[in-house]
Amino acid sequence: MNRLPRWIDLIIIPAISLLLAMLFSGLAIWSIGEDPFNAFKIMIDGSLRSTYGWGYTLYYATNFIFTGLAVSIAFHARLFNIGGEGQAVLGGLGVALICLYIPWPHWTLALVGASICGALFGAAWAAIPAFLQAKRGSHIVITTIMFNFIAAALLNFLLIGLLKPAKVMEPATAKFPEATNLPNLHEVLGLFGIPFSKATPANISLFVAIAACIVIWVLIWHTRLGYAIRSFGQSESAAKYAGISSTKIIMITMLISGALAGMMAINNVMGEAERLVLNAAEGAGFIGIAVALMGRSHPFGVFLAALLFGFLYQGGAELAFSTSIPREMVVVIQSLVILFTGALDGMVRAPIERLYLAMQKQKTVAE
Amino acid sequence: MELLTLLLPILDSTVRSATPLLLACLAGLYSERAGIFDIGLEGKMLASAFMSAAIAYTTGNVWVGLLAGIGASLALSAVHGLASITYRGNQLISGVAINFFAAGMAVVAAQSWFGQGGQTPRLTDESRFSPITLPFAETLQDTPIIGPIYYELISGHTLLVYVAMLAVPLTWFVLYRTRFGLRLRAVGENPSAVDTAGVSVIGLRFAAVAICGVLCGIAGAQLATAEPAAGFVKDMTAGRGFIALAALIFAKWRPWYALFACLLFGFLQAIALRPDQIELVLGFKVQLQLLDALPYILTVVILAGFVGKAIPPRAGGEPYVKER
Amino acid sequence: MDQHPAIELRSISKAFGMVQANKDISMRVMPGTIHGIIGENGAGKSTLMSILYGFYKADSGEIFINGNKTLIPDSQAAIAAGIGMVFQHFKLVENFTVLENIILGVEDGRFLRPSLKKAQAELTQLANEYDLHVEPNALIEDLGVGMLQRVEILKALYRKADILILDEPTGVLTPGEADQLFRILGRLRDEGKTIILITHKLREIMDITDTVSVMRRGEMTATVKTASTSPEALAELMVGRKVLMKVDKAAAQPGDSVLQVIGLNVTDENGVHRLKDVSLEVRAGEILGLAGVSGNGQSELLEVLGGYRKATGTVTLSGEKIPLTGSGANGQSRRNMGISHVPEDRQREGLIMEFAAWENIPFGYHNAPEFQRNRLLMNNKAVRTETAGSMERFDVRPPDPRLRASGFSGGNQQKIVVAREIERNPDLLLVGQPTRGVDIGAIEFIHQQIIALRDQGKAILLVSVELDEIMALSDRIAVMFDGRIMGERLPHETDVKALGLLMAGIAKEAA
Repeated sequence: MNRLPRWIDLIIIPAISLLLAMLFSGLAIWSIGEDPFNAFKIMIDGSLRSTYGWGYTLYYATNFIFTGLAVSIAFHARLFNIGGEGQAVLGGLGVALICLYIPWPHWTLALVGASICGALFGAAWAAIPAFLQAKRGSHIVITTIMFNFIAAALLNFLLIGLLKPAKVMEPATAKFPEATNLPNLHEVLGLFGIPFSKATPANISLFVAIAACIVIWVLIWHTRLGYAIRSFGQSESAAKYAGISSTKIIMITMLISGALAGMMAINNVMGEAERLVLNAAEGAGFIGIAVALMGRSHPFGVFLAALLFGFLYQGGAELAFSTSIPREMVVVIQSLVILFTGALDGMVRAPIERLYLAMQKQKTVAE
Repeated sequence: MELLTLLLPILDSTVRSATPLLLACLAGLYSERAGIFDIGLEGKMLASAFMSAAIAYTTGNVWVGLLAGIGASLALSAVHGLASITYRGNQLISGVAINFFAAGMAVVAAQSWFGQGGQTPRLTDESRFSPITLPFAETLQDTPIIGPIYYELISGHTLLVYVAMLAVPLTWFVLYRTRFGLRLRAVGENPSAVDTAGVSVIGLRFAAVAICGVLCGIAGAQLATAEPAAGFVKDMTAGRGFIALAALIFAKWRPWYALFACLLFGFLQAIALRPDQIELVLGFKVQLQLLDALPYILTVVILAGFVGKAIPPRAGGEPYVKER
Repeated sequence: MDQHPAIELRSISKAFGMVQANKDISMRVMPGTIHGIIGENGAGKSTLMSILYGFYKADSGEIFINGNKTLIPDSQAAIAAGIGMVFQHFKLVENFTVLENIILGVEDGRFLRPSLKKAQAELTQLANEYDLHVEPNALIEDLGVGMLQRVEILKALYRKADILILDEPTGVLTPGEADQLFRILGRLRDEGKTIILITHKLREIMDITDTVSVMRRGEMTATVKTASTSPEALAELMVGRKVLMKVDKAAAQPGDSVLQVIGLNVTDENGVHRLKDVSLEVRAGEILGLAGVSGNGQSELLEVLGGYRKATGTVTLSGEKIPLTGSGANGQSRRNMGISHVPEDRQREGLIMEFAAWENIPFGYHNAPEFQRNRLLMNNKAVRTETAGSMERFDVRPPDPRLRASGFSGGNQQKIVVAREIERNPDLLLVGQPTRGVDIGAIEFIHQQIIALRDQGKAILLVSVELDEIMALSDRIAVMFDGRIMGERLPHETDVKALGLLMAGIAKEAA
């Protein structure tokens, strides 16, 4: 039939969607009386022209890789996990508990422990919606949205009460012990003689995130489980015929998804804040949706899209700092990326498909 | 009598909290009954809240503000319709995008127009909706029981509260007693039946999405221009769009049930505002966070089907493609 | 002829992407006649009629109704022009009443109450006139298929249709119900209505139509008077060459019993009793054909045996008991036991349409050791090599393992499924509708493969709604009706008529 070749599907269409999103973002900036080109330049300068900027860009990107992978793997099973935010919040709780209550001798062990514990907490938070979807057919989009709010309320409850050290006003846990502090990128790259800014939150979690990309890539395309997940995502009825259990796939996929979102906490909670504060995930769970859409649910695409959003976030902060454009402009850009790469995909795709079809027809006629 | 004086203020604020929920919930009802999922209720409300407050402030006329709010909400509805009806995109993703767009753009625009850190200035009396005292409310005030109920609970709300309450029977009538309602329900269940019956699926769905936009617009205007502390602040919808969505599921997509669901969730919000009163009535302390989370928890329980199954419209969420 | 044709199509063309569904089609149908359109699945019959009904828009061509050029951009226009259509998949709203479905789109004014009242009166009149009785306030979801078809016909009549199109109306009916439908159609013709009947069954064309058009691969190859043609001639026009209704095969050499089904019962999610005490046996080296109108429990039986529907009763494979409920009842364990399954619907079940051909080859067998590199990873390279071999042996065209399943024709898609299942060398092969929507060349090839597997001494359970296919392939024939096995016959000792009676649930021994 008439199918677009992969390179159009994977490169041209996302590129056009991104251009459209940028065009409309530029219009939005222009409409509030600022110069979009100047704004773009400030964003580049602030996020990519110094190791300081890169440090923040990579720090944000690390968060987004985790949440982007979380949304992506669920997409492969045609599940829309909109609950990455809540799962990341719970991951933060897990990381905080294990950092606070276990006397870790060294950060390496603490990182392993925290990764596992954050993943477990995130997975546990995804498990209930997954179970309800698998066994009771409750729409997972709605339940995961609800669980985001429930997670926020739960954390609020814990940080105002149980976890807050006495005589502190701010709703946050105590600082984590020194031994759990992760080496930042300055130290890591220093080992290889690469100079990097000291003052950024980017830390060794970046490499955990990159490793997660590779693991997920292998999982999706080179294992039986990945094969089963993709089969289920493409056709539930065919999966049933093939003896692939829907309950099992929904549960496992959502557990992996929740675990990835939960693991984000090693970056933002353990690596950066070194304590648990309210709203620690800062919307990264939702940005995962944009990252997964932009990256076409492919781990390498997710990596690139996460870098792009890292750049947007750091650039957006710079923008707020040196112009009158508020930080929320980044949210607008993010929404436009989701709109054009996700919801309006058909609008971008249809004319390209028509064009391609016309060219193919011409070619067959010429032959 | 004691109980009444204790309860009345809570019930009064229940009605007020329930109003934007109810409007948004009915908005979602029209859309989802026509087969278009809408998780962008929150964003549309927020856009309208900002626009209605901003325009009401600049023009000094709350009616112009209301229209502007509805306009903003309708514009986002149009985007949702374009994405999910015309281009058959993913309705959930479109909703997510709309929520973010509104959340970001409202603050950006507020900052650009007013320079007050992403909010509008407080609205003065002329530029906001004021409470309406119903006839005889004051004369009847001293009648035992009925008097205070009429005066405090039923009278003294802003116009939009009454609009919301009237929208319930109206929606019921439209849905079950009119041609438009029959077609609307049909298109959410089996669009190809509607198509082959010679009625435009696209037209019906756009109509539903537009009604959804208007109602969300009124909901947003109620939030921003009808409360005593009127004006727009960042994230002022605070998840109400999602509570409305929860109420819609809770109500199993039916208008009267929607009223009760919204009143219940409104009641939870109202008592969360007065923790001292609950303690007084119940005799023990209730965690505020639990109250915040309760609408969501209840919805999950309903969705799980342990207490009556919520079956959404059959064609919901699926773009209409003529089969081959 | 001074009378205008009721319908005249001139040079209608329609393409879906690269696929030309209708090529320059012209056709005339005189008023007060029944006109048949016959052709294989995918020949473009339904597309053509959907264009006439305004469901699709033609790329080019003109439509004349009663001699007037008529533009039909949507179904509204078709209804206005007096055209009604009963689609193969009914277009009814499940949770509405009959009455609500009938008035949908042609309500009388803005409010429902008066419309419903008026419709009820008119419906009673129509029902009496044409003997089409239905309960107006019944919910659609509570009615059987025969009733639903009546509702669809009433819907068209309520809209004052003079031209009625029916798309494969008998697919879900027993021969008896079909006869009743044809009586109604005859009556409608006598009243002066024009009827177009789309079917792929030659018998129906011969029985009821006045004129017939034949379609093949998007083109109309002929239009003739039914009285002046024969089934053989039509069949040849349909497929473009002489059709061999017979498959060459040696007599079966049945061996030991392989599959034994005893007292199988299935109740579905809605509490409907789908299989009622089904018992049957398939021996090694024989094909048991299961005939029946679709929807009488055959699908459920295949699903139970394939491991994805729960049941009660006893099933044994070569003496070993097969679990029918619990964790052992799944497609994976069935495959491990040596049961392969060509499912009835290749697009919904047999293939992942978005996967490349090579990714479809391990489908269902993705846990098999030969597809693994080690304990963690699959061996994609080995799968691709395997696929290339299978595609060559089963003559899949084009032989490109990287092409998506959706890129193959129906026949080649089916060959991929058949290749995958037969090459597992199963003890028992379950086959559902092996040649539905498959072109004639591929049908012969697939039939030969099934026979070859039988000759290797394997047991085969064949389910098909095509009686000709059942007659040609089976060594024994069982007939299902309403979830029961109505009886068993030997193919050379029975005929289509006798089987038809069994399919209609009439159990008395037919001569």
